[in-house]
Amino acid sequence: MLSKLKIYWLDLVTCYGCSHSFLNHPEFSSFLDEFEILYHPILPFSDFEAENIDVLIIEGAVNNLKRKGIDINELLQNLIEKSKKIVAFGTCSCFGGIFGKGVECNKINIPGCPPHPEWLMYVLNMMKKGKDIKVDEYLRPVEIFSYTTHMGCIRNEYFEWKIDAEDFGSKEGCLFYYQGCQGPFTHSSCNKTLWNEVNSKPRAGTPCFGCTEPTFPKENLFKTETFMGIPANIPLGVSKRAYLTISGIAKSLKNERLSSKLFRNCDENK
Amino acid sequence: MKEAKKEQIIKTALKLFAKKGFFNTTIADIAREMGMSVGNMYNYFPSKETLAKELLIYTSRKFGEEIRKINEMQLSAKDKIKKIVELYFRKAEEEPELVDYFMRVYLSNREIFESGCEGMLCVSAFVTEIMIFFEEAVRKKELKNQDFFTAFGLFMGYIGGLAFLSKEKILPKPLKDYIDDVSENIYNALKA
Repeated sequence: MLSKLKIYWLDLVTCYGCSHSFLNHPEFSSFLDEFEILYHPILPFSDFEAENIDVLIIEGAVNNLKRKGIDINELLQNLIEKSKKIVAFGTCSCFGGIFGKGVECNKINIPGCPPHPEWLMYVLNMMKKGKDIKVDEYLRPVEIFSYTTHMGCIRNEYFEWKIDAEDFGSKEGCLFYYQGCQGPFTHSSCNKTLWNEVNSKPRAGTPCFGCTEPTFPKENLFKTETFMGIPANIPLGVSKRAYLTISGIAKSLKNERLSSKLFRNCDENK
Repeated sequence: MKEAKKEQIIKTALKLFAKKGFFNTTIADIAREMGMSVGNMYNYFPSKETLAKELLIYTSRKFGEEIRKINEMQLSAKDKIKKIVELYFRKAEEEPELVDYFMRVYLSNREIFESGCEGMLCVSAFVTEIMIFFEEAVRKKELKNQDFFTAFGLFMGYIGGLAFLSKEKILPKPLKDYIDDVSENIYNALKA
């Protein structure tokens, strides 16, 4: 049997949401059969000194704070030098996110606020098997972040026909036109590998906040930015002219089935 | 080859529609004017309704192509507005049948266009370019951010109305004499 991969989890400035996301992985107990945690800030470890670190996982943003008299930046540098591989888990340690600056070193980025626990599981398992992890320009694993949040969204049919969810929380309609959804231009697999194995933000009626991108967080997350009524950000890989043409055509052709509420008969039959 | 012929038929039809009116013009009239047999004419357009729709797409594409050139120029929104007004008024003077067709046939006989030209379907080439013009001008903070149709109606309704008045011989001066004032009014109404 191969020896367990030794993991050190360092917390910089963080809300610990990334930790909570990962610790709630449904397979967490079997994870411990394969991996050994040397230190984790919210699990009961008394000593944070460690040697022979295989993977350093960093949560939170770099900020010039001291903790118990220890310069965290020094500790970070020390751990980076001692670790074979480094993973930035969460948008704060990847790009700065909410709390400060991203960690600068040779690392793999798993952004998200928080990131999906399965994304880290994938990276750690690849590392355990000694496999090469291909990354994009922002050092994100391509197997997770080549997708957009839009892919797999159950509201896609509404997107195709340009039918909006005009009210927040509506089960029907697309969230791209009014509700601020950033799914068509955000890289993630949130609608492929579902959250808690059942759902995603857009499926539940909350717009994608674009939390896996270096531009996160933007303002007005529940409102689509428009210029003269035209979305300021359009789906990836298409010119504005082409997008406006195809969306104008789709809107003009009007999908009758989706134009009125699918669930309307439920009320009428009462 | 077939496309070139189609374009010729469209141009001829436009002239006849403008002269005799849409309902008084038959496919046979257009064929005669073209020196074609009626049978051959039907190879290009199976009905007058088909021709009517193709004409709209053709007109919209022509305008769209011209506005696209303006969109791609390195000009301020104010100068682009003037270019678009110039273009529209020039077309209205030089090819009055285009504007005439749009106003008298398309806008007044929507039943012909109900199937096949729903919504913006047949005018999308033109409307898309206007959208791009507005979007870029707002992005650059030159025009005020507002609802698309509020701005579109102000711009197109205004210049379309003047072209109509000109065609009705109500305007005392030629259209081109109004370009500066009209452009300035549009800019003032839409600026940031």
